[in-house]
This record gives sequence, structure tokens and C-alpha cells, in this order.
Amino acid sequence: MRKLIVAATAALTVLGGAASAQETIKIGYIDPLSGGGASVGEGGLKTFQYLADELNAKGGILGHKVEIVPLDNKTNPQESLVQAQKAVDAGVHYITQGNGSSVGAALEDFVTKHNSRNPGKEVLYFNYAAVDPSMTNEKCSYWHFRWDANSDIKMEALTNYMKGQPSIKKVYLINMDYSFGQSVRTAARKMLGEKRPDIQVVGDELHPMLKVTDFSPYIAKIKASGADTVVTGNWGQDFALLLKAAADAGLKVNWYTYYAGGAGGPTAIKQTGLENQVFQISEGVPNSGNKAAMEFEKDFRAKTGISVWYPRAVNEMRMFKAAAEKANSIDPVKVAAALEGMKFDVFDGGEGFMRKDDHQFFQPIYISAFGAPADKAKEPFDEENTGWGWRIVSKIDTDQTMLPTTCNMKRP
Amino acid sequence: MAELIVISTLNGVLFGMLLFLLSSGLTVIFSMMGVLNFAHASFYMLGAFFGYQLTRWIGFWPALVIAPLLVGVVGMGVERYGLRNTHKHGHVAELLLTFGLAFAIEEIVSMIWGKSPVDYRVPAALDFPAFTVFSTNYPAYKIFMLVVSVVIFIALLVTLKRTRVGLIVQAALTHPSMVGHLGHNVGRVFMLVFGVGSALAGLAGVIAGPSLVTQSDMAALLGPILFVVIVFGGLGSLPGAFVASLLIGLIQTFAVALNGSLASVFGPLDPSLGPSPLTDIWNVTIAQIAPILPYVLLVLVLIFRPMGLLGTRES
Repeated sequence: MRKLIVAATAALTVLGGAASAQETIKIGYIDPLSGGGASVGEGGLKTFQYLADELNAKGGILGHKVEIVPLDNKTNPQESLVQAQKAVDAGVHYITQGNGSSVGAALEDFVTKHNSRNPGKEVLYFNYAAVDPSMTNEKCSYWHFRWDANSDIKMEALTNYMKGQPSIKKVYLINMDYSFGQSVRTAARKMLGEKRPDIQVVGDELHPMLKVTDFSPYIAKIKASGADTVVTGNWGQDFALLLKAAADAGLKVNWYTYYAGGAGGPTAIKQTGLENQVFQISEGVPNSGNKAAMEFEKDFRAKTGISVWYPRAVNEMRMFKAAAEKANSIDPVKVAAALEGMKFDVFDGGEGFMRKDDHQFFQPIYISAFGAPADKAKEPFDEENTGWGWRIVSKIDTDQTMLPTTCNMKRP
Repeated sequence: MAELIVISTLNGVLFGMLLFLLSSGLTVIFSMMGVLNFAHASFYMLGAFFGYQLTRWIGFWPALVIAPLLVGVVGMGVERYGLRNTHKHGHVAELLLTFGLAFAIEEIVSMIWGKSPVDYRVPAALDFPAFTVFSTNYPAYKIFMLVVSVVIFIALLVTLKRTRVGLIVQAALTHPSMVGHLGHNVGRVFMLVFGVGSALAGLAGVIAGPSLVTQSDMAALLGPILFVVIVFGGLGSLPGAFVASLLIGLIQTFAVALNGSLASVFGPLDPSLGPSPLTDIWNVTIAQIAPILPYVLLVLVLIFRPMGLLGTRES
């Protein structure tokens, strides 16, 4: 059924493209809507549709309505390029994607090539979650903008926190076997080695991406290694199933994660019973204490049935509007120029900015722990009806998150 | 280390038994009808989704019985109205039919239940740790899966070796035309075998669904490995399928559990320490190649022992 709707939407956009091109800004949402990544991909789609509705309710962007065009890429780079081409042919000038840096790198390459070959028909790639550092370093592109902190920035912050935890003695790394997972393990090894040379890395695992349905063998291995802490960049199904297997086996360790908050994650953590032992690093937390953000969270949950997994998506869409207004145009070239170096008050409070050198957005980031709320009035939000929610344990200000870039930006 | 071995063995045996539930039907169908049933894993998926739906309506235990029967009926329908009609056009037509069927079932399932995983949970009665070895809990549900698989294996073996029905099926495996000449309705035997095979796949789906993930790509994840099992074990050989399933289950689990890479074999002369474009290859661990090991086995078996481990005739 969903596929039918997607097909129908695509057909309609092709048919109606000529007539409504003046009125609507179409954003191609290229993310998994089937396969192992579907659970997070669908959550992302709901988020963007909600944000588009929010913009439209306030008159859209410069009077143009915003429309999200969902395109299923099955977390596959090859499929993503087909979908991106399809989107461009249907008159899309903005694409957004997040799940999988393998996909992200392919799309970044796609927009760079497309824009150099088709001047006047430029396409911008708004990246809300593909965090492989190379995308804003050696492979950087003028047409790519990233709102999520890249993997190295997150690891820098995470290891700064871990540095102050003397109970950590033996660390186990488990990650998905693709560019992002590899960058997590490399950064973790390097940064832990520098900051806490006494910590022993007792395991360093890469497993097939979104293919494993039973993590018991991996959990047995973690258990046998004697690790007291696990660091993982796993997301979506690969995180939920990993924790589910840990709960089944009764593995008691601390978890330092990038994406524990995604679909199924909180439920699995509750199952393990590891209260305040699972940490997540993110640019926002539902119980942040920021009034506007918490109002938004409430309405968002009531309408979509999920939590705000992606405060960065909120930043992305609102900043897109701000940039278009600053440029007084929805022309991608002018919007891109306006975004460069732009300062922006982020969703959970504080100021962030889009660095001109590499198009990486810098913002305050938080480390939070998952457990029962200490004060229900201050921390009203739980996750997936578990009764447990995220509580901030550490905040890292924007200027503390800056890392140098090797990007040599080629401007048009 | 002992801990790792015990747990990995349990996990491996469990995965192996699940593979066996699936491959037992497939191998018998293959050797009787000469049809590589590409849709077999789709029946497994159907079982999981039927199980999920029936569990919501009438509870897990009735679903455990009814869902496989439903899948069996679907299987018999496919044989009676699909395969039997294409049979006269040769094996290629039959193969293509099951190939198309696999895609059709996947699409139908995702139309009805969507493409993301459904919330198919372990029944509350089995949701507790069965026992603890070396401070690792072993879930009761997994023990339940193991017991069901063993019971089915014994029941199948007894039926095939000790009953009249089994005799006819075995005869039809090797001498289908002779069985026909003796007055048995080979067509009906085929249909029944196909139905039972599908029902077994369905049963595997019902019990694996809550433990693994129930979603529309689960058939594609498990499908290819079934062919490895039946070729590796030997066509038409139930004990062969059993041994192959267990072996593949154990190989995959232990490959994950083992550390070590090509480079570490060399000890202090580790070639990955030197600068070389091959560093990545030297450092690939056994755990990383675990998913492809069964397929390497498939290729090796086909080259060196085409009749498989316990098979009696070459494909």
C-alpha cells in the first residue's frame, strides 16, 4: 500500500510538476522505507512531514508551500542514486538524507557532479544524520550541508566524558561494518588511547550492516571479554537487536552510544534493566528544560506518536527557511550562499553556526543517560512508554565541539 | 573461554535447528520434484506474519498450530494449481514460477503489514531466563525453539523411516515412475509433501518470528542459506540436511566468536605492520567473513563432492 502511495505521489509530481513548480518547494526525502533501516526511515519521514506542515501553517517559505517527497532507497547507495535522479527529474531542488554514510557519500558525489553538469538546475543536499567525517573533510562538497555533528566530534565529546569515569577499565567496541562504523572505532581507539591510556580495548568488532537478526553470538563474545563498557555507533535495528540480545543474556555493562534513542532502542534498554547505564550523545534531549523545545516535543508526540529523534532536522528545516528569507529567493545557489557561515538559535537553546570552510554545523551537544525520572515535573517525557526518559548528564558548548577540517572547498 | 564455547555451541545448535526446520521441507521437495523452490523462505515469512496476526487475535499457542496449517494449505494450493500445471513445460518453467512467487509474496506481505518490523513478541509464559551458565542467562524461549525443532526432526524421521507413507515418499524420491506404475497417486503424494514442507517452513516462521525480526525482508535474509544447506547436506537426504544445518549454524556462530585475522597467523612477522596496500585484507577478521563462509562451503562442496555430505545421487 505504502509503495502504491509513493508511486502515486511520484506520478503526480511528474504530471503536476510543470503547473505547480512556481508554488511548491519539493524536498526529496531519500531514506530507507523498507528493509532493515525502515523503522528509523519512517520515523524520519514523519518528522520531516511534521516540519513541513509546521512551515506551511505559518505561510511556507517566502509564500511557497513545502512538500516532502518520500523516496525509498533501501539503505542502498546504488538505489539512492536512482531515487535522487528520479527526484531531480520530477523537479526537486533540495534533497535530504540521513541514514547511512555510505548513502550520504554517494549522494554528495551525485549533487557535486550533477551541479557541475547542469548549471542553472542546481540541487542541494541537506544531510541530517550521515556523520562520516570524510564528508566534510577530504570529500567535502559546496552543495552539501550537514546539521548533525560528525562522528569525530561526537567521539571527542564522548571520550571527554568517559575520561572522568574512573570505573571504566575495559572497553569493547562494536560497530556496523561500513564507513561510519569504521570511523567510530578508529576515533574511539585513538581518542581513548590519548585521554585514558590505562583503558584496555578488549574487543573491536565490525558486523554486517542491518543484516544481523540475532546478536547472541556477539553478546557471548562481549561477555567473555570481561568488558565493563561497550562503545557503539549502531543505529536502528542494529542497536535495538543488540540491546535485546544483551537483555536476554543478562549482560551488565555500561553502554556509550550514538543512537540509543532511535526506534526500539529505549524498549530494549528498559528490558536490560540498566538504569542510567546507557548513555547517548546527541544535539538535543526531550527533557532539555528548554520551554519552546518541550512544547514542540509535546505537540509532535501527540501528532506523530514518536519522540523528536532529530532536533537537527528541526534546525535544518527552520534554518532553510531563514536562509531563503535572507537570500530572498528559493534558488538553491542563493540559498547555499546564504547558509554559509550562518548563525542560528538551535532547537534546544544556544547558538550554532554553519561553518563556511566545510559546511559542518556546530551546536551545543549533550550526553544523556536513560532511566526513571527523578522529578516527573521537570522531566515529563519518557520513551516508547517505558516510563524511563533521557536526562542530561553533561553539556558541551558549541566552542568546545570545534574540530579542524581538511576540507579544500571548491566554490562555483 | 569455556563460557564462550558453551554459549556459542548453544546458539549455534539453535540456529542450526531452525535452518533444519526450513531445509527439511525444501530438500524433500527438491529431490522429489526436481524443483528448486525459491519461494520456500517466503513460506517461512508467511508463517511468521500469520503467527503474528493470529497471536494478536487468539493468542500464541493456538497460532502455533493454526499458522503452519494455513501455510501448508497455501503450499498445497501452489502445488495443485501452479506447479502441477507448469510441470509439463519443464523444470525451468517451475523454477520461474517459484521465483516469481517469492517476489509476489514479499510484495503482498509488505502491502498488508507494511515494510517495517511488526511487534511480534515472545509470549509472556516463556519470557524468562531458563537457566544461567557462567552468569549468562539463556532465555526460555530459545529452549522452547530448540525443543520444537528436535521434536519435529524426530517426528519426520519416524514418519519417513517407519511408516507406510514414508515408504511411498522415499520410493517416490528415487523411482517416481515406478511408484506411479504401482498404483500410487504420485500427484497427490507430491501435493502432500509440498504442503508438509511449506507447513514446516511456516512453523519455523511462527517460532522464529518473535526471537528474530518479523519484517518483509526476512525471507530474503534467510533464503540463500537454505540452498547451501540442502546442497551441502546432499539432495533428498534428511540426515544430510540435519548435519549440514547444525554444521552451518555452528560455523556461523563460532566464526563470530573467534578473534584473529589472516595477519595474526604470522605472529611477530605480521605482514599488516608493514606499509602495504593489502593491509585491509590482512586485517579482515574471521568474524567479518562469517556471513560468507557458508557460500564458500557451497562452492567447495559443488566442486569436490557434488552429491553433498550424505547424498546418494549427483544433482
